[in-house]
Parts: sequence; structure tokens; C-alpha cells
Amino acid sequence: MSSYNDNLEKKFAAGEAVIAPAGFSLQSNTKESHAMSMANKRKVNLGAFLDKIFRNSTMLFAFLVFSTMFAIMATLFIASLPALKVFGSSFFLSDAWNPVTVQFGGLVPIFGTLVTAAIAMLIGIPVSFGIAMFITELSPTWLKRPLGIAIELLAGIPSIIYGMWGLFVFAPFFADHGQPWINDHLGSLPFIGVIFEGPAMGIGMLTAGIILAIMVIPFTSSVMRDVFEVVPPMLKESAYGLGATTWEVLRNIVLPYTKIGVVGGIMLGLGRALGETMAVTFVIGNAHELSASLLMPGNTISSALANEFTEAVGDVYTSSLITLGMTLFVITFIVLAFAKLLLIRLSAREGKQS
Amino acid sequence: MSNFNNRRYMGRRLTNAFTIGLSVVTVVFALTFLVWILWTLFSNGLSYLSMDVFTKNTPPPGNSGGLLNAITGSLYMVTVATLIGTPIGIMAGTYLAEFGKDGWLAPATRFINDILLSAPSIVIGLFVYEVAVHRIGHFSGWAGAIALSLIVLPVVVRTTENMLQLVPSNLREAASALGSPQWKVVTMVVYRAARAGMLTGLLLAVARISGETAPLLFTALNNQFFSADLNGPMASLAVVIFQFAMSPYEDWQHLAWAGALLITLFVLGLNILARFVFRPGPASN
Amino acid sequence: MSTQTLTPKLSTHDLNFYYGKFHALKNISLSIPSGKVTAFIGPSGCGKSTLLRTFNRMYELYPKLRAEGEIHLDGQNILDPSQDLNLLRARIGMVFQKPTPFPMSIYDNVAYGIKLYERLPKFEMDQRVEWALKKAALWNEVKDKLNQNGASLSGGQQQRLCIARGIAVKPDVLLLDEPCSALDPISTARIEELINELKSDYTIVIVTHNMQQAARVSDYTAYMYLGELIEYGDTDKIFTNPTRKETEDYITGKFG
Repeated sequence: MSSYNDNLEKKFAAGEAVIAPAGFSLQSNTKESHAMSMANKRKVNLGAFLDKIFRNSTMLFAFLVFSTMFAIMATLFIASLPALKVFGSSFFLSDAWNPVTVQFGGLVPIFGTLVTAAIAMLIGIPVSFGIAMFITELSPTWLKRPLGIAIELLAGIPSIIYGMWGLFVFAPFFADHGQPWINDHLGSLPFIGVIFEGPAMGIGMLTAGIILAIMVIPFTSSVMRDVFEVVPPMLKESAYGLGATTWEVLRNIVLPYTKIGVVGGIMLGLGRALGETMAVTFVIGNAHELSASLLMPGNTISSALANEFTEAVGDVYTSSLITLGMTLFVITFIVLAFAKLLLIRLSAREGKQS
Repeated sequence: MSNFNNRRYMGRRLTNAFTIGLSVVTVVFALTFLVWILWTLFSNGLSYLSMDVFTKNTPPPGNSGGLLNAITGSLYMVTVATLIGTPIGIMAGTYLAEFGKDGWLAPATRFINDILLSAPSIVIGLFVYEVAVHRIGHFSGWAGAIALSLIVLPVVVRTTENMLQLVPSNLREAASALGSPQWKVVTMVVYRAARAGMLTGLLLAVARISGETAPLLFTALNNQFFSADLNGPMASLAVVIFQFAMSPYEDWQHLAWAGALLITLFVLGLNILARFVFRPGPASN
Repeated sequence: MSTQTLTPKLSTHDLNFYYGKFHALKNISLSIPSGKVTAFIGPSGCGKSTLLRTFNRMYELYPKLRAEGEIHLDGQNILDPSQDLNLLRARIGMVFQKPTPFPMSIYDNVAYGIKLYERLPKFEMDQRVEWALKKAALWNEVKDKLNQNGASLSGGQQQRLCIARGIAVKPDVLLLDEPCSALDPISTARIEELINELKSDYTIVIVTHNMQQAARVSDYTAYMYLGELIEYGDTDKIFTNPTRKETEDYITGKFG
């Protein structure tokens, strides 16, 4: 901006006619050019002043956004202190959750959060990849748009709807048709069988994980689709030109070329799966018990908060819940920050190469 | 081609056919759930939707009633949240796109904003509870609106920045070359060129908070009665749906389905509107 | 035309091509002789690239494009639906307007196509990669950095890498679609030299918008305009004494 003003000053000094800044009265009369340029100079100074105000206020708001993160972190930390003072770091290793004896530990919901998110990603990543592959490489053109819209619809449905559908429709269905089969076929496997054994109640960590997967799919798959579509057609044609199959082009060319975006899409999905509240709260079963079986009810950080926070009495109880919330925030922060840093590092490397 | 290996080639073709098959299966998998969920929602929602839903307040268990207070509460808080979040987001996004070329603040803010974009909304609720409920001593519509505005904010920042970056720099140069000061270049030329994209972002942000439940649970709480007072607890459609759906009372569950249909139609409607407003391509000025 | 006296490698018979309803190639019949360089010239949109892309049926990646008529490769109609696409493309190498190094190492770029069809022991693969890179006149520049990413090379080197990748699978035909359009003059000269060296082993078809280039590298030239083959024959004859007025106008720069 300063160089722009300098240029303007030079023009004034040279007595050149200068067109008034847009928005100011615009006259071009050569006779009055000198008088006008003096008037303009005052206006330009005003313009520069307003520029400075505008620029600094955008900066202020950017700083506000920047500091929100720290405000959240600090606020939650201070509010967790009462619980942390009582339980110390053992809070994170204890599976106790007893409002009557005021004994609290975060292990069960933290475990539940990680397990349900892991199930969601286990199902969500391959499905998202398949959908992105179909839309970009296989689908006839007329089907691309409707499919894209359908996937967006899936993303647009509020999470509470997923929760209601999960509780009233999917859980009973799963109890009748899914879980008995899982019990019979996977529950008898050596070693890993134990995670598939349990009563067919419909609700539980597996159900929550499956619903989370459905919610994650539109996000992950649309990121993957978007990045697959930016692969230069010529690059793909080069591989097809050597006689590669569709799958080989995708696996050997498209995927390596887009790995940054794919990782980003997966992390975005993971972040959502970790923090999702309402859909999980409906179907997780809200049980503070540690169980190896995925068919058993459990709890996640977010569902514990949704269920108990407004009813929690006493500083330690409330503070314990806030400690859980802070933990969730830190976990998602790490996941998302890791993803971002990875992307920055990768793109810096790519930039060097080309 | 001298060592052409036919078995190898057959294996490759088989792998290809197999993966293509799996890809089709994944699409069917996702579409099945979409149809299943929407069908459940419409068949239940439509059968419990009546005029009462729009004209009566939420009832005590066992009584008939509607969702009037919840609908208005949601509208109040979503509107206020948008009014708070949008200008701040546009300003911050403008800084990122136009002024923050050098220095640490822009990259750091971009980084933080991307994380806020995916931060769990329930944690936002906790934060606002600590700041605006715990201190003051009671739940309030204001607290709910603030929580929602914190969800609007990163969406607006991101879309503003992205859309401003799409504006070709020679447009800025052309405006500057006419002698226009930078704040006018941005507000009168760049914003105008990016208008459709920014509006789309805003609509998507509104759609997103319209369905949000988690951040309202500990901030606006709920209110059985009609209330236009942002200083007191306020009902919202999402929270009422949560409470009613989880309840053992059938009347309440029915109202929850009706509300669920309303909220979904609203959110999906906004999504469709956003698509119409924004026709991709640089010709949006 | 003199081309007919030579063994044709590729020949088209009444080839028509459509982009949806747009008729992009009209009744093209020509034969491309074996072991020579044939150039397609003509103004933008005349169909020269389209014609090139029918030879490996690359157009089939996109909807609404279709070719009618026959194209014979060594006497066999490759437009026949029973023709295996992957095998066809393995026999016909292609190099594009811009360099398209795969996102992998220089070595793997060259080895990629070979691995699709052949199972070679490590040392044979090394030899083959070296052979291809030497053929493409790139070996001396990259032999010490074979593990670096292909994208780390300069534009001209990348294009030679793509040529090496194309000839590594030992195709019969090499299609070059304006291979120098994104390159500087020095790199262009190297590619042209390379084309001259390669023509003893391969049948080369090159699309170019640069008439001097066509005159320099090709044995035969086809001039196309609005989807039609206007004139086809010896490059020398086309550039010095064209039969058709349209060709003369284009060559002398009166039009185009």
C-alpha cells in the first residue's frame, strides 16, 4: 500500500493529472488539474487512514479467531482443576464413575471414544475410497451428479436424526439380524472372539461405531473425490496408455498423487468421529463399564457429557466431566494438528520437487 | 512384450474386476443407508406432523401439544448466532486472504481455524457454559447463540478466505490502478466478485448450526414455555427432539419425529438453496 | 501416394469420429508406414489429436465419444469390440503435450509399464530401465539419481523420461501428441534428435502445430482441416510442392 501511495505522490509532484479514487467525485478537467490534485492529496491521506483502520480491524478479528482456541483450552483447564486436584493424573487411568462416593475416572469414556472412532474409520475409510473411486473413475456421467447430491444429503442430515434412526430403527434391526450372526460366527474365533461376544441388545459400541461410519463417509468420500478429480487427465491417460487397468491407475497413479488430500479427508473424518455427540448418545447405552466386547453398552466422552452434565451436582462431578471434555478437545486437537502439519510438510516437499 | 506373461495379465484383470465390484458395493451400501434413514424420517415425521406442531407449545408428558416455542427459540438463536459470527468471520477471512501475506498471524490463524472447524461442538458448549452460564448463574438464549456463533465463525472464515482467493488478482490491480484505496478495492470490488461464494458459505454455516444440538445442551438448556427473552433459558428444536426422543412417552416421541422432519427439511433446503446460489466457476461476479 | 508402396503399420479405413453430435473426423483413410515418422499438421481443432487418440482408443475413457470405421494395426482391426484395450495400449506408446511423470521415482517411472506385463528378475529389469533411459538420451543425466522423484527433473528431462517410459515396454508404435509444446527450444531440439534416432526401431506418429518441426522430423505429413484429411504424402513434397491449394495456403502461412 505504501508503494502505491509513493507512486501517487510522485505523480502529484510531477504535476500529472491523477484520476480520483473510485467512489470519490470523478471529474477530469485539465485546467483545474493542479487544484484538483491538491484536493485529492487530502482525500488520499484520508484513504490511507481508512485503509489502515480497515486493515487493522481485519487483523484484530483474525487475532480473535486465533485466540479462541487458547481461550477454550485455558477455560477448560481451569474448570478441570477441581477434579484434577482430587484425582491427579490417575483420573485418566481409573474406570471408577460414582457420583455417590464422588469417585470419578475417565478411562471408560476415553476408551469408548477411541474404540467407536476406530470402528467408524475401519468401515468408513474403505467405503469412502470405494465411493470416490466409483464417482471419479467408473460412474457414467449422468449418474455423477445425482450420486454427488446423494452423498451431500447424507452429510446434510443433522446428527440427531442419525441418533433417532439409530435408536428406533437400526438398533432393533441390528439386534435381530446382525448381532446374532456376529455372535455365532465371530464370537467363537480364538483370541479375538471375545470382542464379538455379548447380548444382542442392539445398542452398544459396535452400533455406535457403525452409525459413526455412515456419518463419516460423506465427509471422507467427498474430500477423496475432490482430490481425485484434480489429478491431471493427461497423467491418468499416460498410465492407461501403457495398458494399466482402472484399478492400477487408481492405486499407482491417483492415490500417490493425491495422498495429501486423502490423508486430510481421513483425518477430517476421524475428527468428526471422535467428537460426534448426538448420534452416539442415542445408541451407546451410557454405561460406565469397561468391556472387551463391542456388543456391550459403553460410553464416550461426548455422550457422557450430553447425558450427565446438566444433572451433575457438586464441583468435583462437574469438574470431572469438564476434564473429560478437555481431554476430548486435546485428542481432537492432536489428530487435526497432526493432519495439518503432515499436509504442510508434504506439500512443502512436493513444492520443492516441482 | 517379449516376456509377455499371460497369467500375470489375467491376474491383473481379475483384480481390476474385483475392485470395481467392491466399489459398486460401497456405493450401494451408502445409498441404502441414505434411503433407509430418509424413509424412516419421512414416514414417521409426516404421520405426526399437524397444525398443532406449529401453533402449540411443548406439552407436559401425556398431553398433546406442539413445538412452537422450540421452533421460535431455534430461529432466535440461529439468527443471533449468524449475526454475531458472520461479520467477525468475514473480517478475519479478509485478513487471511488479503493482508496476511507475511507475518505469523495469518498462517497461525488459518491453522487454528481449520482445527476449530472440526472441533467437537460439545466442547464449544462446555466452553460457553463456563464463560457465559456458570459465571452469570443461569442458562440463557444468549449463551446458546454465542455457542452457535462459535460454530458459524470458522465456516465463514474458511469460505471467505477461499472465495476471496478465487478472485483474480488482476481485478484488484485494475481497481487499484484506478486509484481506489485498498479498503474500497476489497469491500466494493473483491467482495462483490466473491459474493455468491461467500453467501453459499454463509448458508451452509446456517444449515450446520440449525441441526446442532450438543452446544445448546448446557447453554440455552430448554424451556417448556414460549420465550422471546434471550436472557433466560430458551427451547430449541434440536434439544427438544433429543429430550422427547429419549423419553419413554409416546406423545413426546411422536413430536420428536415431527420435529426431526422439520429440522431435516430446513437443513437440506438450505443446502439446496446454497447450491443454487453458487454456480461454480469464475463467472460468479 | 508413395506411402502405399511401403508396408503399412497402421491404417484407417473410412474412419469417422464423433464428440456426441459433433462430427470431428470425416471419412479418414490413410496408412502409416512402418519404421517411419508420420506427422499430422493442421490448425487447432482440425482433428489431428483426435485422430492420434483413436489409435490407442484413449477416447474411450470419456463418455459420448465414439469412432466408426476401421483402424488396422498389422492388419488387425483394433476398433473391434473384442480387441483387448489394455493389450492394445501396451503395443502403442503415447507421449503427451505436457510431461506426465508418475508420482514415483525415476526408476519406477520407467519400470512401471514393464512390470504390468512382464516378470523380470532384478538385474534384467535394471538393464531394461537403463536401455530405455539410454534410448531416450536421458541416462547420463539421471543415472546417479534413479531413486529421486520423477517430478524433480526439468521439463525437458521429464518429457524424455516419459518417452523412456513409453519405449521401455517395447511398443510397436509411438504416438507423440505435440510433445514439445511445453518445452523450451533447447529441449525441443533434443527431443527432435531423439525422434530421428528412434524411428529405426519404431513407427512414430507425431501431432504438431509447428510446421518447421513437422518438416524437420517427419518422413510423411498429413494435413488436416475441419476433420478432413486434405493432403497426405512425402513431407518434402507437402512442404515444397503441395497438390492442394488449401495445403499451400496453410504451409505458406496465408491461413491458420
